Amino acid sequence: MGSGLVFNVQRFSLHDGPGVRTTVFMKGCPLSCAWCHNPESQSSDPEYVRLRRLCMSCGRCTDVELDSPVVTGRDAEDVAACPTGALRGVGERTDARALVRDVLRDRAFFEESGGGVTFSGGEPLAQAAFVTEALALLQAEGVHTALDTCGFGPWPALRSAAERANLVLYDLKLIDDVRHRSATGASNALILANLRSLAQVHRALWIRVPVVPGVNDDDANMEATAAFVRSLPGVDRVDLLPYHPAGEAKFARAGLETPLRGTPPPPPGRLESLARAFRARGLHTTIGGRA
Amino acid sequence: MTARTRRLREESLAAVPSISGERAAILTEFYKAHLGRHSAPVLRAMSFYALCDRKTLWMGDGELIVGERGPRPKAVPTFPELTCHSAEDLRVLDSRPKTRYAVDPSVIELYTREIIPFWAGRSLRDQMFRELPPEWKDAYDAGCFTEFMEQRAPGHTVADGKIYRKGLLDFKAEIAAAEAALDFAGDPEALDKRDELRAMSIACDAVMRFAERHAEMAEAAAAKEPDERRRRELRKIAGVCRHVPARAPRDFHEALQQYWFCHLAVVTELNGWDSFSPGHLDQHLLPFYQAGLEAGTLTRDSARELLECFFVKFNNHPAPPKVGVTAAESGTYTDFATINLAGLLRDGRDGSNEVTRLLLDIIDEMHLLQPSSNVQVSRKTPDAVLKHALRVIRKGYGFPSLFNADAVVEEQLRQGKSLEDAREGGCSGCVEVGAFGKEAYILTGYFNLAKMLELALHDGFDVRTGKRVGARTGDPAGFASFDDLFAAFEAQVRHVVDVKIRGNQLVERLYATRMPHTFLSVITDDCIAKGRDYNAGGARYNNTFIQAVGIGTVTDSLSALKELVYERGDLPLARFVEILDSDFTGHEELRQRLLHKTHKYGNDDDYADALMTRTFGMLFEAIDGRPNTKGGAYRLEMLPTTCHVYFGEVCLASADGRGEGHPVSEGISPVQGADRRGPTAVMKSASKMDHIKTGGTLLNMKFAPGLVEGDAGVDGLHGLVRAYFKLDGHHVQFNVVSADLLREAKANPAAHRGLIVRVAGYSDYFCDLSEALQDEIIERTEHGGF
Repeated sequence: MGSGLVFNVQRFSLHDGPGVRTTVFMKGCPLSCAWCHNPESQSSDPEYVRLRRLCMSCGRCTDVELDSPVVTGRDAEDVAACPTGALRGVGERTDARALVRDVLRDRAFFEESGGGVTFSGGEPLAQAAFVTEALALLQAEGVHTALDTCGFGPWPALRSAAERANLVLYDLKLIDDVRHRSATGASNALILANLRSLAQVHRALWIRVPVVPGVNDDDANMEATAAFVRSLPGVDRVDLLPYHPAGEAKFARAGLETPLRGTPPPPPGRLESLARAFRARGLHTTIGGRA
Repeated sequence: MTARTRRLREESLAAVPSISGERAAILTEFYKAHLGRHSAPVLRAMSFYALCDRKTLWMGDGELIVGERGPRPKAVPTFPELTCHSAEDLRVLDSRPKTRYAVDPSVIELYTREIIPFWAGRSLRDQMFRELPPEWKDAYDAGCFTEFMEQRAPGHTVADGKIYRKGLLDFKAEIAAAEAALDFAGDPEALDKRDELRAMSIACDAVMRFAERHAEMAEAAAAKEPDERRRRELRKIAGVCRHVPARAPRDFHEALQQYWFCHLAVVTELNGWDSFSPGHLDQHLLPFYQAGLEAGTLTRDSARELLECFFVKFNNHPAPPKVGVTAAESGTYTDFATINLAGLLRDGRDGSNEVTRLLLDIIDEMHLLQPSSNVQVSRKTPDAVLKHALRVIRKGYGFPSLFNADAVVEEQLRQGKSLEDAREGGCSGCVEVGAFGKEAYILTGYFNLAKMLELALHDGFDVRTGKRVGARTGDPAGFASFDDLFAAFEAQVRHVVDVKIRGNQLVERLYATRMPHTFLSVITDDCIAKGRDYNAGGARYNNTFIQAVGIGTVTDSLSALKELVYERGDLPLARFVEILDSDFTGHEELRQRLLHKTHKYGNDDDYADALMTRTFGMLFEAIDGRPNTKGGAYRLEMLPTTCHVYFGEVCLASADGRGEGHPVSEGISPVQGADRRGPTAVMKSASKMDHIKTGGTLLNMKFAPGLVEGDAGVDGLHGLVRAYFKLDGHHVQFNVVSADLLREAKANPAAHRGLIVRVAGYSDYFCDLSEALQDEIIERTEHGGF
């Protein structure tokens, strides 16, 4: 039984599957998408950060630059000594049983709302053994489970995790491989192949398409995406997720390049027309996951 | 809204609250002529008759439901027999920046000339403060507790269905039968009962006289009315007022007017806190609604217009003004009249119906301060009804609030009520539980839990007033263990509860003997059968509630003390107390650690929550079941109104990092900003309290609008409510506003006059709140996502 590196446990999530959910964000991702909402979750190492908004400059850890995560240099003792909680770990090691015990605290809310637990990231498949174990434990408890994945991982790992998820949320970003490499730093060949295989075996599959202006929102990509999804069996619905500049500030805070600086969210009219195009192909489509 | 109701609503919103001297003048003149000639109940009933017979009537242009407590909308009478305002009080009311009441110089002149000279020393409040023991006054001055009944009568009651099935002539027949059955040879109380029953009969006459005068007024107006349509309406109003309240209502219009006459009667005879409420209005109106639709005499639209007229009447009635500490504990125009929706029927079936939906639509459209509204959500309440309510709530008016009808029944069964009476009961005021139409459930005052812990850290001494108001629990340096500290805390709670109850016995007896509420006794079971007044134990059930405030602050303080002093040994308790007494001067780092690095209630953190349940259990044992003077018992409630601000003002800094004078936590909500794991964690923490043992708990949650958009937002809120109620949570209310909007409203009130927020058990206009309360509401955690 290995441990997992968890970036955040978000209770009362309403948009990562049905009902009231707890979303477990795993730390570490093989992709580096320009529009990532959680850039601090990309690195697969535990990190430390000193938050400007909380720091009272007590002088204990001034060698840690403000708002810029570092991998080493401080430890748990320093975190405990910080009076305001400004110095904190980004990513916590936990074992699957402890994590499951924690998320089961909201069981009543899952049961009354038809909700459950979603594993997201980062990329859960990057810690597939841990995530699969946690999913299995939750299913044994009768809790509805969901896996939110970019699909970039070995097929056996994906199949094994997906078998223990009542629902899979599968991200589909760009159909053209050259453009996919440029936007995410990785080829989409594995992602598309995995999705084809998954669609053959999994009964509950939602495709999640980020709509990022200037990156993938052009007609050519969206039509190719709709055509690809249409060719799959077993897709319940498509969520068009509008790009939100919230990630920008986090990129800045994480000391990372902000590749999309100044990009506005897609206009509502554009989303509506894209949704119409998907629906015209017979796909149940939402905007922002709000059914 | 129709053009008529839109206009009536606007007139009501625009009317300026003012003080009317008329009631004081009529009452004082009556007392001068009759004091000493009659028994207390008969004197009260006769003075009530004089008021109904002589007060100036009001019939607004276009009104369909008629009757005002004052001479015009928002003109509030005074009750000098309870509390006689001084000329200075009246000037303060006229000039204070918040919840101002306009006072005409002629009223101050009347008070100076007639009212004050007669009532000074005679008012109930003057007698009360003469007789209350010094230790009560010291504890009161120190802010250990407040007392509702020092300025307003015991109220807090709600009508059940009997006034829709019976008229006052029917009640008079019951009263006469009860009098005829008195055994003057065998029952030593027979004479007292006779006086009480005769007084009740006079009270019925008074209300019938009041209605008759309205009928005469409407007939006179009809005779002069040029517009044919309005003339017909005036004749209809006259016909309604000739029929009710003397006889049982026959249609929807008469049913509403019947309630309204009863309402005015209750709030004119005495100024009970809270007002008076219709209870399960949807259930009471359903037969009239259905019969009207079937007969073709009523449509959904005409019913809706009548209800809208009815709503405006509530909004025309701001609370009788309070002064001093009591104004601080509840500084608001709202008089806490509330309408219950859905819930259960007497036989246990779901009580929601088509009038429920109609009322929800009206609440949504009118969004007035009064009446407030709540939905009693049971397991049987259809999801569609709850979601309908959540869509209204989501707009951010703060109402309707939501109650757990199944828990409310269970709470009442624990108090020994019958199952049927419990189901017919519900919640009123903020969150208080009662058996509607059968119970006097009296709020006696807020109890400052944070002050109790402060006293435990100071050997019972109150630093601010320089007096010993608590028990001698010793120098805290001698508390060798956390259990020693907790024992001192418990000793302070028990000591001050005793002081409070000793004073309260006097207060209750003063009302029982000097201020019977004769009309309320007519419509509250079993006052007629017992020949005993509502204020003297005549009701079938008699609970007296103490409302504890600040359990979040106390839990977080205990948690910090336990961990830092007794587990980690960071600093000795005596040193900690010195730092608190200095308001953390020079110890900001410690304060930050307390704020950010200790276990806090509201995060589903068992370390902190265990201290909350321990505190609650101790408090419950100290209060629950103690006998009151009316054959009932004391019960515990967990609600603050606005008292958490006042209680914070009188407290030193606390061990949770709260600075001196800052508000303490409200209701059972976590300390403002201390909850960091979202709404489900707050509800989990709150549900660890045994709500069933209380007479009501109040949980306030605030959401940024974005979080609860769309169907997913409604479904999410629905899941929250259902799960919290499954865990036996008693009540929850949601604020859906952004903190930025509130900040903007605070800076620029003129542009946001209409902004309503949920304060604590009720909604209020944000711009009418004190600055401290505005800041506190802004600070309450916004449960936004990233």
